[in-house]
Amino acid sequence: MTHEEIMERLTEVFREVFDDDTISINDGTTANDIDEWDSIEHINLIEAVEKEFSMNFQMREVSSMKNVGEMADIIMSRAGSAVKKKRGFFR
Amino acid sequence: MKELEYPFDGAWIMKKRRKLKNMLLEDRSIRIEKRIAVLGGSTTSDIISAMELFLLNLGIKPLFYESEYARYWQDAMFDNPELEKFKPDIIFIHTSSRNLDFFPENVTCTPQEMEDALMAQYEHFEQMWERISEVYSCPIIQNNFEMPSYRLLGNSDAWDIHGKINFITRLNCKFYEYAQKHPSFYINDINYVSACYGLDEWLEPKYWYLYKYAMCVPAIPVFAYNTVRIIKSIFGKNKKVLALDLDNTLWGGVIGDDGQEGIEIGHETTMGQGYEEVQRYIKAHKQMGILLTVCSKNDEENAILGLEHPSGVLKPDDFTVIKANWNPKDINITETAGELNFLPESFVFVDDNPAERAIVEGQIPGIAVPDFETVEECISSIDKAGYFEVTALSADDSKRGEMYKANAERAKLQKSFGSYEDYLKSLDMNAKITDFEPIYLQRIVQLTNKSNQFNLTTRRYQLDEMNKIAGDSSYIRLCGSLSDRFGDNGIVSIVIGEIIDSTVHVDLWLMSCRVLKRDMELAMLDELVRQCREHSLTKIIGHYYKTNKNAMVADLYGSFGFDKVQEFDNGDSTWELEIANYKNKNYVIRVNEQERITR
Repeated sequence: MTHEEIMERLTEVFREVFDDDTISINDGTTANDIDEWDSIEHINLIEAVEKEFSMNFQMREVSSMKNVGEMADIIMSRAGSAVKKKRGFFR
Repeated sequence: MKELEYPFDGAWIMKKRRKLKNMLLEDRSIRIEKRIAVLGGSTTSDIISAMELFLLNLGIKPLFYESEYARYWQDAMFDNPELEKFKPDIIFIHTSSRNLDFFPENVTCTPQEMEDALMAQYEHFEQMWERISEVYSCPIIQNNFEMPSYRLLGNSDAWDIHGKINFITRLNCKFYEYAQKHPSFYINDINYVSACYGLDEWLEPKYWYLYKYAMCVPAIPVFAYNTVRIIKSIFGKNKKVLALDLDNTLWGGVIGDDGQEGIEIGHETTMGQGYEEVQRYIKAHKQMGILLTVCSKNDEENAILGLEHPSGVLKPDDFTVIKANWNPKDINITETAGELNFLPESFVFVDDNPAERAIVEGQIPGIAVPDFETVEECISSIDKAGYFEVTALSADDSKRGEMYKANAERAKLQKSFGSYEDYLKSLDMNAKITDFEPIYLQRIVQLTNKSNQFNLTTRRYQLDEMNKIAGDSSYIRLCGSLSDRFGDNGIVSIVIGEIIDSTVHVDLWLMSCRVLKRDMELAMLDELVRQCREHSLTKIIGHYYKTNKNAMVADLYGSFGFDKVQEFDNGDSTWELEIANYKNKNYVIRVNEQERITR
């Protein structure tokens, strides 16, 4: 998956979450650039991105990501890696 | 909207929630407005937005008050002008095991110290509920506590008094005791829901550290739906009737082809056990006042044959109406609804055949049609959807099926009479019209929340509010029950009138549709006028508030002889009756006579 492909799919996720088809993003985009991107929407955005790329962000990443470019880099390194964590005795 | 019915895709709902909300708000359907205060011990914002979607989809438009982060206790305990001004219809306390501030986590505590800690934790909540009842007099929904993520004492955590699991279990039991004594207090069973979801996933800690959510974000819609089940039940949005297919739904096989000995039901076979359990589950609904009906493509004699299977749990007698014919199922359901005086949207249609489900769903707006593929999924798909969420059980509930069956017998009798009046007289009807007696308040409140068709103002009441009215001498209250030669219908009509100067304003006039066309409304009017005269009142003022369901009473006051004094563009109207020349209108029902004889 190329950086461009990731940005394309990310754009789609952003548009769905913020219900705004005019949103366009680039590496430098931050929460300040999108009116509706507040701390509450951030949660839904992260969830939707994880689902789209079948991956999970680590806690540290969620709290320290500076812009969309960093988000894309993490996705690039980990896309498709989400496996159901094995926990507990019975699963 | 199918996407918001169980089983739903929670992640998709949350992603699309803005769009979904707009779609719901634009569908022009009529919704009741309710004010819901959410007092949280953790983050609540997404929980509120998920609740909003589910409520809108169920015909309730919520307005929310949201406490500051984790300020649930302070918000409830101290003077709070904002919340008082908000006048909540419901207060929902969203706390979790993250809010157990009094648990010592100290294995050297003495039994007395542990007991004191438990009581301190319990009283922290109890005093809050008491204050809420006092200041806000509205129903309370309170989470119980989910199990913790770790067990310091291993398996002993469950039974040892120092264990957190033991602490939570005992605390939950104390909550339940409170619920058993307080009818407007409801437990939101987060303990059960988190177990069903999978506790490990539910408690994924990063959601607490990052966002201060007491559960994983993907579980929020599941939790919100469970909460909404209680709210919609309190506000009268439960379903009331089950319409059941037979072949491959209540038993395995096709009765018309396989014969009685060929169908699978009973514990002798693998599949038979599955169908037996489904039948047992369905039958248990009768005790809650849910009516059972059959909607099957079969010859009627074959349908009866299947239901008379010796290993079957459901018998022909358990059903209020049996429609077994070859007509389209949506037509059969609409007809059944007509016979029972219910709206088709209050039905749940259970059928193993996806094609039949799709037709019924497409033809009858608002009907619930659970999806399931196999018999082993059937119970869970009905149960988890919460169509019949119980928030109040009244003694009348378990008899409802019989009462409707007696109605069917009355209809047969009616055909053999020359005039309708002769028929009414032959029914030998006795009415009891009394003040609101305390033991009936629960049922009265239930009626105000369930009656939609014969309901002039469609005002919904909560128990606390009704308690106040019951003790207030500026109200005239009528509670009417009706019996006849076929049985007792129980409480069927409620009137509340507020006395202002020399007039009475009728705030509420409702009647159960199972006694339509029996002149019960005339008996109620006679009694209302009689009491007005006792109070030296001269005039009755009545209001008709139009909804999309109560057209049948648009001209009720007109038929009573009231004058229409005002008519509004939205269809509402105001009516007046001078009672000086009023003459009694009912002469087919004996009113309060049995009592006089026994006195």
